Amino acid sequence: MTPFLSVLNKKLFRDLLNIKGQVAAITLVMAAGIAIFIIMFGVLDSLKLTRDTYYDRYQFADVFASLKRAPEAVKDRISEIPGVSVAQSRVVFGVTLQMESMLEPATGRIISLPDSSPSLLNKLYLREGRMLFPNEENAILADESFVKAHDLSLGDNLTVIMNGYKRTLHIVGIVLSPEYVYSIAPGALMPDSKRFGVFWMSRRSLEAAVNMKGAFNDISIKTERNVPIEAILSQVDSILKPYGGLISFAREDQLSNFFVSNELKQLEGMGSLAPVIFLSVAAFLINVVMSRQIATQREQIGMLKAVGYSNKEVSLHYLKMVLVITVLGSIIGLSLGAWMGSGMTQMYTQFFHFPILKYSFSLEVMILAVFSCTLAAVIGTLFAINKAAKLPPAEAMHPESPAIFKVGLLERIGADQYLSFTSRIIMRQIERRPVRTVMSSVGIAFALSILVFSFFMEDSMEYLMDVQYGITQREDVSIGFVEPKAAKALEEIKTIPGVLMVEPLRNVPVYFKNKHFKKRGSIMGLVSNPLLRRVIDENLAAVTMPNEGIVLNKTLAGILQLKVGDTVEVEILEDKRQTLTISVAAITQEFIGLGAFMNIHQLNKVLDSTPKITGASLLVDQNHSALLYKKLKAIPAIVGLNITSVLRQIFEDIMAENLLKMVATNVIFASFISFGIIYNTARITISERGRELASLRVLGLTRAEVAYILFGELGLITLLSLPIGLFLGYSMSVGMTESMDSELFRIPVYIKNSTYGYAVLIVLLSAIVSFYLVWRQVDSIDLVSAQKGVE
Amino acid sequence: MTSLFKTEQLKKSYVTGDTEIHALRGVTTEIPSGELVVMLGPSGSGKSTFLNILGGLDQPASGKVLFKGKNLANLSDHELTYYRREHVGFVFQAYNLVPSLTALENVALVTEISPNPMDPLEALAIVGLKNRANHFPSQMSGGEQQRVAIARALAKRPEVLLCDEPTGALDSETGIVVLSALMKVNEAYATTTIIITHNAAIASLAHRVIHFSDGMIHHVQINETRKTPQEIAW
Repeated sequence: MTPFLSVLNKKLFRDLLNIKGQVAAITLVMAAGIAIFIIMFGVLDSLKLTRDTYYDRYQFADVFASLKRAPEAVKDRISEIPGVSVAQSRVVFGVTLQMESMLEPATGRIISLPDSSPSLLNKLYLREGRMLFPNEENAILADESFVKAHDLSLGDNLTVIMNGYKRTLHIVGIVLSPEYVYSIAPGALMPDSKRFGVFWMSRRSLEAAVNMKGAFNDISIKTERNVPIEAILSQVDSILKPYGGLISFAREDQLSNFFVSNELKQLEGMGSLAPVIFLSVAAFLINVVMSRQIATQREQIGMLKAVGYSNKEVSLHYLKMVLVITVLGSIIGLSLGAWMGSGMTQMYTQFFHFPILKYSFSLEVMILAVFSCTLAAVIGTLFAINKAAKLPPAEAMHPESPAIFKVGLLERIGADQYLSFTSRIIMRQIERRPVRTVMSSVGIAFALSILVFSFFMEDSMEYLMDVQYGITQREDVSIGFVEPKAAKALEEIKTIPGVLMVEPLRNVPVYFKNKHFKKRGSIMGLVSNPLLRRVIDENLAAVTMPNEGIVLNKTLAGILQLKVGDTVEVEILEDKRQTLTISVAAITQEFIGLGAFMNIHQLNKVLDSTPKITGASLLVDQNHSALLYKKLKAIPAIVGLNITSVLRQIFEDIMAENLLKMVATNVIFASFISFGIIYNTARITISERGRELASLRVLGLTRAEVAYILFGELGLITLLSLPIGLFLGYSMSVGMTESMDSELFRIPVYIKNSTYGYAVLIVLLSAIVSFYLVWRQVDSIDLVSAQKGVE
Repeated sequence: MTSLFKTEQLKKSYVTGDTEIHALRGVTTEIPSGELVVMLGPSGSGKSTFLNILGGLDQPASGKVLFKGKNLANLSDHELTYYRREHVGFVFQAYNLVPSLTALENVALVTEISPNPMDPLEALAIVGLKNRANHFPSQMSGGEQQRVAIARALAKRPEVLLCDEPTGALDSETGIVVLSALMKVNEAYATTTIIITHNAAIASLAHRVIHFSDGMIHHVQINETRKTPQEIAW
């Protein structure tokens, strides 16, 4: 074993300094791979930990149920169910909000808080102001996101229509609740804190306002650890059924939590596949680059062996060289990752409205990242050393004997006579080293693929929205009623000035069952051939609502394991609470939500009711929209009003805040990696062939001719990489969307030609810059010393 | 005088492409300790292969190669490494200095792993390059680089110095300086020195000249009188 500052170690540091450009590029690729790996996993881990800590500390309930009305004593029966540790009854009431600043109506939900004792479940985090005094009248706590969306502050008043009466409520506190991380209006797909607000009020005051004295219509339950939730749910249901109980549900189906979980799942899809791909690409490159770098040291390896250094000592020497690079890459990657990761976690914490923030950068993730890069580098190095060490030292010391060139394809087809001799050098070089050519091409292809893969998300999102809001939801406005109305209500709406077209909707909450597969959802009744709210198939063609049977979208059919022709059991969660068996008539393609559709006439028939509607889709005259909204707002029966363009905007905002920030991070790192790869490929070509090229200059070739030989080869390798890279990028994108599929939405793989174009452009620009940097080096080779063999 | 090397029926062949080249076709000879031996012969006559086998860089296909009675043909790769490290000094035609190390460090590269080395600076002094100790190879002439290579080879106090065309890349004047250095080492330390050359003039410096031809020893010539490097010219 040699001492630390042995001559070999001095050689190591000087050699590293000598190839500092390459060391920097490899370090960059590795740092980028490691950084993105720990950023993504760090953010995911931190967000999950933050969510879990938040839920835990603020006693987010495990089971939820709502009902029409039950006396308070019923709560005690629920508390006695085995496995229930706490049950808290409450009154929850929907209200209409009169927001001066808005044309369209906004709705809200007021939730009671116990007066005599502090709340046991779904506790509130007080951001500003104070909590309620017991029995305090006309005072409310407001959800922070609503307050922010309307630019309200403490002490402001809010006018609401509650149970038919207008009341003015005073905001005394601004709060956050684990139950409303997202405030999503009933029936809405997306959170919308402008048009839907959540408020808390003293139980006694609320009871008085809505005639619920001594009764409750909502209950939250905390279960003991490790008890089967299913058993509790069915007991709760049987106790509450006489009181108009709707099917109870567990935390995983709670709307806000469902949304949070879906968002996290998408982040996870994006956040785990991307860094794994990046890290693998980085590892692959480090492997290739190190093995070629070592190969250029072949003569020195031969000499070291000849003078008595053992294989082990020689290997150790080059391994140290790799370790210096990997240590550098790791330090930069880890610091960058920790720094950017904490920033990103903070950003997402705000996005999710978590009041607390828990960082967690797991040591395992860091070790895994560093280890995989280091391992790849070490394997590449050992492979090359082994190859060099296998040669007898005497042979290794001589410059490589002239490579064996044979008559290749080019000559056989007679194409060589049409090529200049410089072109022939290029072609033969590529033909002779097919593996190396392919490896270099694959390296650059990887660079291209991670660019495509990073860019495509934006295209796909845009496509998704174009389909959703351009082909599926073609209405300008959709409205919802407080409760189902007779179909003739449609006629009234038609008469409102500015309404060009109206289509009825009937939405029925149901519980789907197929064997042991169950899902809560709703069935939407549509006319046979709707022109506004449509259902589309895989070819984006409108689907006709069949006279018999139900139409399911792919996601719901997947969850319930149903195919066309199967029957599904449907428990209706309103009125007569029938259980129906309906056959699946078609399965459609929809990107957003869980969809189940029926012909509205058929739906009315199976529900055994008079024709009813719960809402309508409207096409409006844009010139009259302001007046129209005002009219609609004045109709008390209307609780929900969705403007399609606003929905799209909300969707876009959520995407921009959530996924696209991750996309931006990916694009930055992908660009770094691409440049690193291409620069390295060019640099290595130079260390392998610099002397040969200098000799050609001595023989009288012009700079341009030598440059042509060098860049002709690199250029061909780059060109070859383009189709491979585009294909790889597409495949990765498919893999990514599959891993991001959630119940909330499926992302289609849609890549614009311009995206492919940008990715190719970045690769070509990297190539040109790298070629230029490398050319300066070739150009500066002293022709005399090149002949003497001095490097 | 005892022999340092003794070979019996050494054979070695290489396969290049489709043809088999018989580099050595049964070489039997002895090299006495302390002699300066020159191996002459045309390209491809087998002298380099023979030298590489003596130096433990290569192994014969058959036959024996005894170094102080020990058969090198039976040694493992690891044992050969230690044989080279402890007993053999190499001087190569292409110098093979590490470009990123100074003259002194190139010598130290070997002394660090040798059991009984001399001070690297002393080795440089022997070849007359003490004042160039801190120069990098790129700052030295070919002759100087080759003398550093000689210093590197002799610094471990080897029992044998193997030189493959040490003057092949040098002009006559520089070649003479290099040869003088080699002779000086041979005389002062009684280091057995084997030099491969194409250059018949150099043969007159040797105690013994082995003529190679077609993978065999054609004849061995013993010089009764030896010239000094200054007396020869090419």
